[in-house]
Order: sequence, then C-alpha cells, then structure tokens
Amino acid sequence: MSEEIVTSDPSVLRLEAQTDEGAQEMHPVQRELVLTGGLWPDESETTIVNMGPQHPSTHGVLRVMLELDGETVLRVKPVVGYLHTGMEKTAEELTYVQGATNVTRMDYVSPLSNELVWSMAVERLLDVEVPERAVWMRMLLVELNRMASHLLFQATNGMDIGALSMMIYGWREREEVLRLIEMFTGLRMNNNFIRPGGTAADLPDGWEAATLEVCDIVERGVRDYSELLNQNPIWMERLIGVGVITTEQAIGLSVTGPILRSTGFPWDLRKAAPYLAYDEVDFDVVYTQNGDCYDRFLIRLNEIHESVKIVRQCVERMPPGDYRLQDAKITPPPRARIDESMEALIHHFKLFTEGFKVPAGETYVAIESPRGEIGCYLVSDGTGKPARMHIRGPSFYNLQSAGPMAEGSLIADAVAIISSVDPILGEVDR
Amino acid sequence: MGMEQIPHNFLTGRLEDLVKWARRNSVWPATFGLACCAIEMMATGAAHYDTARFGMEVFRASPRQADLMIVAGRVSQKMAPVLRQVYDQMVEPKWVISMGVCASSGGMFNNYAIVQGVDQIVPVDVYVPGCPPGPETLLHGILTLHEQIRSGEIMKRRGEGRGAAIQVDQIDGTPSYVQPVTAPA
Amino acid sequence: MADDPTPNDTAREAIHNPEAAPVPDVPADEVAAAVLERFPGTVFHDSHGQPVVYVERASWHDVAEFLRDDQQFTQCVDVTVVDHLHDSTRLAVAGVAPERFEVVANFLSHPRNRRIRVIGQVAPSQTTIASITDLYPGVDFAEREAYDLLGVTFEGHPDLTRILLPDDWEGHPLRKDDFPARVPVTFKEDPGPR
Repeated sequence: MSEEIVTSDPSVLRLEAQTDEGAQEMHPVQRELVLTGGLWPDESETTIVNMGPQHPSTHGVLRVMLELDGETVLRVKPVVGYLHTGMEKTAEELTYVQGATNVTRMDYVSPLSNELVWSMAVERLLDVEVPERAVWMRMLLVELNRMASHLLFQATNGMDIGALSMMIYGWREREEVLRLIEMFTGLRMNNNFIRPGGTAADLPDGWEAATLEVCDIVERGVRDYSELLNQNPIWMERLIGVGVITTEQAIGLSVTGPILRSTGFPWDLRKAAPYLAYDEVDFDVVYTQNGDCYDRFLIRLNEIHESVKIVRQCVERMPPGDYRLQDAKITPPPRARIDESMEALIHHFKLFTEGFKVPAGETYVAIESPRGEIGCYLVSDGTGKPARMHIRGPSFYNLQSAGPMAEGSLIADAVAIISSVDPILGEVDR
Repeated sequence: MGMEQIPHNFLTGRLEDLVKWARRNSVWPATFGLACCAIEMMATGAAHYDTARFGMEVFRASPRQADLMIVAGRVSQKMAPVLRQVYDQMVEPKWVISMGVCASSGGMFNNYAIVQGVDQIVPVDVYVPGCPPGPETLLHGILTLHEQIRSGEIMKRRGEGRGAAIQVDQIDGTPSYVQPVTAPA
Repeated sequence: MADDPTPNDTAREAIHNPEAAPVPDVPADEVAAAVLERFPGTVFHDSHGQPVVYVERASWHDVAEFLRDDQQFTQCVDVTVVDHLHDSTRLAVAGVAPERFEVVANFLSHPRNRRIRVIGQVAPSQTTIASITDLYPGVDFAEREAYDLLGVTFEGHPDLTRILLPDDWEGHPLRKDDFPARVPVTFKEDPGPR
C-alpha cells in the first residue's frame, strides 16, 4: 500500500502529483545511444505534432498530440477540456425540471438520450413510474435520435476518410429525421422534451404517417450508403485492419457502445438491462469480430436499420393514455386548468419557481446512447435542486481507447481512428 | 467590331461597388465549430440549406485563407486564447459572426468555465441568437452581414473605433474596453 | 450559523449514540455480502434497488481488487467525487461515519450482469485515496477529472494533472466553497460588472 501523504496544504499535493510532462505538453521519448565506433546510427529523432484544437477533422475541440517517427505514430495523447462548460456546477443551480435543459447540451448530437437518463435518475429518486404511453414515446424519440446520430457519424466519418460526398448524403437523411423530431418536440436539437414525469407534450396528429415516411426515406438512404461504401475498394483499404482493439483492452479501458461491440462482444444495455420497453420490441444487437474501423462503420450503419425496426414497432403499438404522470406535485397541470382552478395555479407557480423537492438519496442510472453507456449519478438532498449531478459520458472513456488503437499506425490512420471512436466533445468535457 | 458597338461591351461603375460586390459574394468561413451550434452550422452548409448559393463555397481549414469566422458554440476559458490566435491569423478584411447565445453572451452557462460573450475577445459584427439557431436563422445572419458589406456600413463602423479597431488587452475573461464606445450621433 | 450542527454532525451523533442508531441493512445482494464478509467495517445499503457498499478509505484498492479478481467485476464504469458541504439533508446510512467528500465508484460485471456501487468517505483534512488505474485502466481520465474539479488526490495515478481546466487554474471549482455557481452578468458598453 502506498504511504499516505499527510498534509493539508493543497499546493504541495499538487506539485507532488504532477508528472514532469505536464498536462498540455509532450516530450519525446528519451533514447540512449551507445557509440561503439563506426557510422553514426541512422536514428532520426521523433517529431511531436499537434492536431487541433481547431482542426477540420477533430470532431469538435479535441486536441491530439502525436509523437511520430516519420509517418508512424508512436504515442497519442489526447488533451481535452477545450469545451469544459461547468455543466455539473450549473446543475446544482437549476431545479430538477430545468436540469433537462442543461443535460441535453452535453451529447448534443443525441440530446434526447441525455434527457432520458436524467429523467430516469430523478424518477428513480422519487420512486415514481411514468405511464405506458410516455414510455413508448420516449423510446420512439430516443431511437429517432439514434438514427440521426448514426447518420451524422456516417457523414463526418466519410468526410474524414475523404469521401466528401458522404458529408452531403448523410445530412440529407438527417434533415428528414430532424424535421420529424421538430414536429414532435418543437426543436431540431437540444429539445428539452423528455422531462421527469414523462414528456413535455403529446404526439401531434398525423404522426404515424409522417414517421413511416421518414423510416422509408432513411432506409433508402442507408441502402445507398451501403452500395456506395461497403464494397468500395478505397474505403475498405482505408478502414479494414486499421485501429484494431481487442475485447480485453476495450473492457479494461471502460469502453462501451459500438467500439466494444466491434470486438466481438455483443454488450448492449437495451438487451442486457432493458429499460423503457426494450424487452417488448423485437430488434437485434449488431456486433462484429475484428475490432477495426471498418467494423465500427458497419455496426453504426446497421444500427440505423435496427432503430428503424424499433420505430416501426412503436408506431404500430403506441398505447393510448397519458403522456406524463398525473401527480400534481411533480408535473405541471394543463394550461387550460390554470384558468379554472386555484389549486392548479398554485401548483404551476410552485413547480416553476421552486421546483419539486426530491428526498435525500443517490442513484446511478445507465442507458445505451449511440456512443455507449451514458450514466447519471444523482445525489439529492431534500431540496428542489440536486446536490451533485455527474454524467458518465461514454465518449470521455471511449477517447482513452484512441491511444492503444493508434499506436503503430500511420498518421492518416490516426484521423480515421479518432473519427471511428465518434467522440462528442460536449460530453467529454461537460 | 465597329465603334458603334463599344457601349454594349463595357460596364461602368464605381470601384468601391465592385470591391464590395466581390467581397460579399465570396465570403469563405473558417471552421470554428465548437459545440451544438457547429452541428447546425454544418447543416447550413449541407445540401438542404446550402450556403454555397450565397458564395460561401468552402469552409477553409486555414484561417489565413478565410474571411469570416463563425464562432459556433460555447467558448471555454481554455479555448479563449486559441480563439484569439485564430482571429489574429486571419487576414483583413475579416468578419466575425457570433452564432448562438453561448457565443453572444455566455448563454445559459453563467458560470466559471464559459467566457460570457465572445465579444470580450474578438470584435463581433453580427450576433445570431438561438440555442442553437436553426439554419434559417444563421442564413439570416449571414445575409445581414452581406447587406452590411454591400452598404459599406461595416467599413464605416470600423473607422469610428468599433469593429476591428477594438483593442482587447486582457483575454482572461474580464471585460476591458480600451476605447470607450459612444453611440453614433 | 456556524454553530448550528451540519447534517454530517447530526448523522455522526446518531451513529455514536447506540440507542438512536438503527440496525444496518442485511445485504440481500450476494456480492455485497461477500464484500462485507471479506472486509469488516464495510456497510451495505440498498439505494432504490441498487446495492451500495460503504467501505473504509484505507481498503479502497483492496475492495476493487477483490471485486475484479474474485467477483468478476470486469469493468469500472465510473469514478467520481461528491462534496457534501452544503447538503440540506444528508442520506444517513447506519454505521457509516460521514465526511465531507465521498468517492463513488460504479462497477459492472459482464459475465454476471450485475452492478455494485462502492463509496468511500474522505475527510477534508486528508483528501487522498488510492487510485485503481492499475486494476482498471479506464478510470484514468475519470480520476484526473475528480482531482481537477474537486481536489481529491488519487495516489498511484500515473499522470495526475488537470484535464478539463487550464493548467494554471487555481482552485477546484466543483467544491461548494470554491466558486459561486453563477457569475455576475456583464453588459456591453458598461463600465464594470453589476
């Protein structure tokens, strides 16, 4: 066991804990040369290259420092924090209803997943269950979001590899999905729609026809992408065998989501620990064996198909009923009632000024977002605002796998690898 | 070709108008997408809400080749020096659009980590509100910028001590205006 | 107001007063039972259906090793720290002496498909705890973040430096007494912040 550092001076602790390299620097590997006579050894020094934080293909403000020997990558050091927003501190200032607006901006490409995990954590602490229609509505929206997120991955991944037309094609289908989400929630992104107690509003009229139409459009688009890319020799050459990671490495590095599934391990929280109504719908978990970038591309492409399957089943089987819990202490009354009833007015006032109080406790809820396991660790202290909210962002952990994947590969592959990890810096930095 | 055809082969106009026409119809943005607004900026550049039809053909990766910096997203304290460095690398004439409420004023993140408005670091020409602003809003902001270039207002503003003439000598987040700005008469 | 007992003090009094202390939960979860058996001094608590084990700070690393080697908890999903300084009501678990900081680790076992949460109490006078990056390399970034934002040092971490904030930042903002959650709103063309 290590010795205990007994001191109360924080600056001393900091100095002792810092390594000599520092968080934002990189020194080349020290090499020892033994001269025995003869020619000077032809060992070139290594180069340190800095990619980002402003860079077209770093998926937001990620800074990657690479130590190169010629074109081979020896070491990768991701430096994050350029988008640190202090969201966990802001969450302590917002009420539980406002919390969804904060959390939704972490993984901004699939905002409804963040809202879902937050709402589920709050509901767990309140020990309430939402009505069935709310459950199916949430599932429908989260799967639509998964489709939109994977389509964005296809677009940005294509652009990073060099297939610039993929950038335009991916956005074409994503626009259709976003238009549908706007019809349901009112916003294209950062919706603040899934709230503790249910959802913010009911589904609009005519939603079934619109949803099925979007499903058809997306399936056609995905078929186009597979025809364009799956057997494309340049695509395969650039991605097959690149960025290989094994299951042991992935599990050890706390990696979840498509990266873990690409190594041959079919772990998906929707099947392993079903939440919402995932145990009542029929879908498959997509996984492959090789653990390279091509596999991750295929997994995300096929997960769009699975999401379409789930969305179709939601359209067929959406139950009638309430879209939110009719508990006056938690959910606000309908706007029309406020004119009629004094009690409704008081409840509305209290809910939107103070917020509802959650009894003291702590919980951790995890769901499967398009990037992996997103979790919300919530500590409440009996007031209307959380004492601590911590979001376990999947990209934060997945980014650690970029190092082992990229070591030994060429620098062009490093771009492909980072792109296949699909990090969203909003949830990395929070 | 006889002398009577000369009027049909020449266009006349002022040099300033020609320069303004060229400048506004070919504004190339630098990639500075930070957060959620970057996704909407990419959507604006994609096929559905095409910005290429307004002359913004390509997003240049190198700031030296760009005219416009669209600050799309929240600027954290760690990113602020990078923002200023990229802005300084751009060549005149250059413009800045502050896209979204986080870039314009800090947005909903009124805390230690976010610069409360990117105009504390770089001079901003157009503020586009929204969280995130939809592509139509961003296009409206871009067209407002085009209109200001066309009318020459933007260059006039800079002469009076606003715009690019603002000196910012502290980029640690505290606002300091070296030249107090007075409203135009 | 400084003389009013904090929730930590009231909880600590309740524990040291044997008549007032309720009986600790009997673990219904077999993994928790195994941890309690192997490490005396740990307490089990059922938190809304999830098993939570409160361990001593000194046995943090050993508990993690036990979970990984004996109980097949293949992945450490998350490590974080909570600052309970201004809690209005604190969850009082019988048998646990509450401190200001709590280090929380969530573990997941893929073969057994179960989770467990391990919580250790850290006092403000000695904000250190063992690092488990040698057992679970994936918590590297998470421990750096906890150090960066809350100031808890993880001994044995290979590179404990700031990760989210700039290198030269002073302080640990997520602590309740470090930085206010809201900064004053500044207006353009205004001589100073209001």
